[in-house]
Amino acid sequence: MNLIYLILLPILTAAGILLVQKPAQVKVVALTGAALQLLLAILLLFAYRQERALGNLAQMLFELEYEWVPGWNINFHVGVDGISIAMILLTAFVVVAGVLVSWNVTKMTKEFYFLLILLSLGAYGFFISLDLFILFFFLEIAVLPKYLLIGIWGSGKKEYAANKLAVMLMGGSALVLVGILGLYFGGSGYTFDLLHLSSISIPRETQMICFPLLFIGFGVFTALFPFHTWVPDGHSAAPTAGSMFLAGISMKLGGYGCLRVATYVMPDAAKEYAPIVILLATIAILYGAFATMMQKDLKYINAYSSVSHCGFVLLGIGMLTQTAVTGAVLQMVSHGVMTALFFAVIGMIYERTHTRQVNEMGGLLKVMPFITTVLMIVGLCSLGLPGLSGFVAEMTVFVGSWQNPGTYHRVATIAACMSIVVTAVYILRAVGKTSMGPLPAAFANLTDAKWNEKAAAIILLAGIFAVGLAPGWLVELIRPATEVITDRLSGK
Amino acid sequence: MQLLQSLPMNLGLGWAVALIPLLPLATFVLLGLFGRHHFRNNAGVIGTFSLFISTLTALYIANGYFFEYGSVNGVYQKIMALQITWLEFSPGFSIDMGILLDPISVMMLVVVTFVSLMVHIYSLSYMKGEERFSTYYAFLSLFTFSMLGLVISSNIFQLYFFWELVGVSSFLLIGYYFDRPSAVAAAKKAFIVTRFADLGFLIGILILSFQAGTFDFNELIARLGTASNPAFQSATAASFMGVSALTWGLVLVFIGGAGKSAMFPLHIWLPDAMEGPTPVSALIHAATMVVAGVFLVARLFPVFSVSPAALAIVTYIGIISALFAAVIACTQTDIKRVLAYSTMSQIGFMMFALGVSGNAGESGLGFTASMFHLFTHAMFKALLFLGAGSVIHFIHSNEMQDMGGLRKLLPVTHICFLLACLAISGIPPFAGFFSKEEILLAAYTSNPAVYYIALVTSGLTAFYMFRLYFNIFWSKAVPAHAPLDHHHGEGGFPIVLPLVLLAAGSVAAGFIPFGKFVSVNGKALETELHLVFSVAPVLLALAGILLATWLYKKQNERPAAISASLGGLYKAAHRRFYIDEIYVFITKKILFNLVGKPAAWFDKNVVDGMVNGTAEATATVSEKIRGLQSGKVQQYAMFFLVAVIFLAVIFIYLWK
Repeated sequence: MNLIYLILLPILTAAGILLVQKPAQVKVVALTGAALQLLLAILLLFAYRQERALGNLAQMLFELEYEWVPGWNINFHVGVDGISIAMILLTAFVVVAGVLVSWNVTKMTKEFYFLLILLSLGAYGFFISLDLFILFFFLEIAVLPKYLLIGIWGSGKKEYAANKLAVMLMGGSALVLVGILGLYFGGSGYTFDLLHLSSISIPRETQMICFPLLFIGFGVFTALFPFHTWVPDGHSAAPTAGSMFLAGISMKLGGYGCLRVATYVMPDAAKEYAPIVILLATIAILYGAFATMMQKDLKYINAYSSVSHCGFVLLGIGMLTQTAVTGAVLQMVSHGVMTALFFAVIGMIYERTHTRQVNEMGGLLKVMPFITTVLMIVGLCSLGLPGLSGFVAEMTVFVGSWQNPGTYHRVATIAACMSIVVTAVYILRAVGKTSMGPLPAAFANLTDAKWNEKAAAIILLAGIFAVGLAPGWLVELIRPATEVITDRLSGK
Repeated sequence: MQLLQSLPMNLGLGWAVALIPLLPLATFVLLGLFGRHHFRNNAGVIGTFSLFISTLTALYIANGYFFEYGSVNGVYQKIMALQITWLEFSPGFSIDMGILLDPISVMMLVVVTFVSLMVHIYSLSYMKGEERFSTYYAFLSLFTFSMLGLVISSNIFQLYFFWELVGVSSFLLIGYYFDRPSAVAAAKKAFIVTRFADLGFLIGILILSFQAGTFDFNELIARLGTASNPAFQSATAASFMGVSALTWGLVLVFIGGAGKSAMFPLHIWLPDAMEGPTPVSALIHAATMVVAGVFLVARLFPVFSVSPAALAIVTYIGIISALFAAVIACTQTDIKRVLAYSTMSQIGFMMFALGVSGNAGESGLGFTASMFHLFTHAMFKALLFLGAGSVIHFIHSNEMQDMGGLRKLLPVTHICFLLACLAISGIPPFAGFFSKEEILLAAYTSNPAVYYIALVTSGLTAFYMFRLYFNIFWSKAVPAHAPLDHHHGEGGFPIVLPLVLLAAGSVAAGFIPFGKFVSVNGKALETELHLVFSVAPVLLALAGILLATWLYKKQNERPAAISASLGGLYKAAHRRFYIDEIYVFITKKILFNLVGKPAAWFDKNVVDGMVNGTAEATATVSEKIRGLQSGKVQQYAMFFLVAVIFLAVIFIYLWK
């Protein structure tokens, strides 16, 4: 399989969107493109599995390398391992669902879909990059459209939110860029090549400076405490698909970067800074959960709960055991699908009730059984109900974290476990207040989901169940890849 | 340790057992997806029929296990009938989905399918005409599936998996009348309180599995329950705050069990859970789910038995719950709440029976007795709830004051209810007598203090049960203003049949030679009843019944006078010893106001404030530097560049 297709397909789709005229045509082109992306991602999964089954033990498969800027030793170097495949699948699921729920966007439809597809291009490119320079290039492609998506199609304090998001994410990118340059100059051999950098030992002092830059830089994307404040405002102001992409894909760019670039390339620093990472992650998990408990706006609830859930990603990475790191990747996939669906459902409810305040709702189960049932399932996934993806991911993080026998790690793990109670409190509160109880008279005539909304929900639910019911395939995919990372950490 | 040898995998058997939970699962999926539109009216029949097949299969398996292949040389084996790797963490360390057949899991298969079938049949009439009839049966099937999965689990994480599913089914069923705020509140409370307990369970699993290096029950028990095993030695050597890792793990696991089994002080959700439809209370909150905690301790019993401290905690929590709930039950006026506290009290009996048990031969009487009581209790308590359901359906109220004199109007219910009351009071020869006598005997031989408290409690049990009985069926004439449902009557065949079958069980189940089948080491345990020993408990029970007759058979002033003379004690018991108020104080005042609110405030004002402050400062600075250029995007692009250069400078400076 040629990975160029992953780049080419969004480009062609975006070009197609620019070429056609009517909004209806734009939607068809976008949906076709998104569906093809999903198909391609699934084909990639099978091609990858087949190649592995044939005994191909290379770390990265389907590698391609072209010279780009020879003087600087910048190459267009791409390839995938199990982690990348998982993230690509996640992206493809979220993109299709995002395109479907945006069916009713009437304002500047063409530009809207163009930006969505551009975002997916950035994400795919990012996840397959094996050269830090092009990785950064794609990261920026994934950041810029968000500013516009929120600023133009957003609601509420959208200018403020868009600016805040742009500033913080760009600040994060700046740190990433400096970190990458540091590796280029301070590593050995003036190279951006990830595989090369991860095969040599980088001087310790370089690691100690570059690790925080890269980890914080990427951490901003994945709501690393205390750099998470763009999350609530950004999500609440963004249009539905914007929130879905932001939480489902963008926050994962950060987690992936923290793992693949910061931790993998610089194992000494990763071990050195691990206590701080664990501390910040644990704070994010608990503090995010408690802050969620007090929110009254559905989008704020999901945004703060994302802070808490992304904390598990960072906790898994900080624990440095193979199971915990596998759990971190599982949590990225799980949270990506789940939170995208959560935002989609919130959007569906908001379109009907024109409010996101839980106190103003009630009894919606009566008039929109489909939407509220999906809300219930996604809520249960969020609180880690077995059979849904959240359980698999969180339990893997917990079990993996417990394998790190230090007292400090144990305390952090127990603290993180406590979030399962707080999560139950805020999820049941949100679901209970919206779906159950008496139905306000004003909502008596609301209608249930339309075809596009149902399709979006079903696609994402399929992801949640595919991971939750039979996690074996995903774990098999991810584990060999995390093993490479933890082997480097333990100096094997 | 012969017990731990697992027979070679028997796939045919495995899949036959798997059919028992999979049928309700299929029903759940079918009714959940299509019920609303396609099976509005026949959802009940579909659910009942599929469960009927499950029940037959369970009986078939039980027959085969207990009488054909289960016992090898007089010892019941633990048969690993199926094992599928579900989630592998590292080679050899995985969560498996398996089926472990041993006496207690096979017994539970029978109990769960049978009681669930009774409830399915009963609901055909009881829930008829409900708008969400198919949803009701879908949830009921989900619950049955989860509970069956729980009892056959071969792996502690698998048990946790189904444990949580059972919890969510309970949530859905308590909140079945979702437009009633009290039902929603009760559902949330049940889920959150048990979730809190599950936190203990989860950490306990992490500790035990880390020490043992496995989640598999057989392996776990072999490694942690044997003093010579290195895993046992390291688990007892590692200690935290002076307590060994093993004991910590067991106590934490027990906290999970105590939450699900409504043990003091985690019981507060159970009385409120009565907001659910009454057949649901019979199934989940009386006969099956609430005994999951007892089952969990029994499942891990060989490990518990090597930690005296953990067993002591099980004992004391059990006996405290038994007495505490019995006292409260004497003062409640809502008939379902009386039954709820009675359930808590009876589970307390099962719990302390495990606590006083040893792990071998004769000393294992407590274990057998606990399982026996679990079995008989399932019969008579389900019967009591279904009987109460008939009454409530007839009179449209839960309150004793609205009832009285119903014995002629509901003759079948009356007789069945009476039999169940006799059984729970421990009057020979009804089922409860046999199991309770064994429990008392086990307590007597191991811990006299516990025995005496249990004796008093069993007297109280007889009293409050007959207080309930007389208040419903005797006391006064049928109130004239009562909104009686004469048209409905006793509800016909689907209501009467389960009552009669369960009554037959409550009468006869005691004669099963239980020790032959279920014992701590798989070998038959000969239990004999000592007539002399039984005198005191039976006399006390009779005294309780007589007192209740004197006070409640005919309406009189005596109960009011007695409660007045008890003053504060009565009031405290009536208000359930203010445990709920304490919880509300802790959650509302402390968690919400002292943790949640400050966290939210801190985030908005301090963390975010800093971000905004930085942004403003940067904006001001860049404005000054760049003059009057307008346009936000440029501004931020500029900010970006400035930041990069700034950081690069720092970086290069640090570098040199």
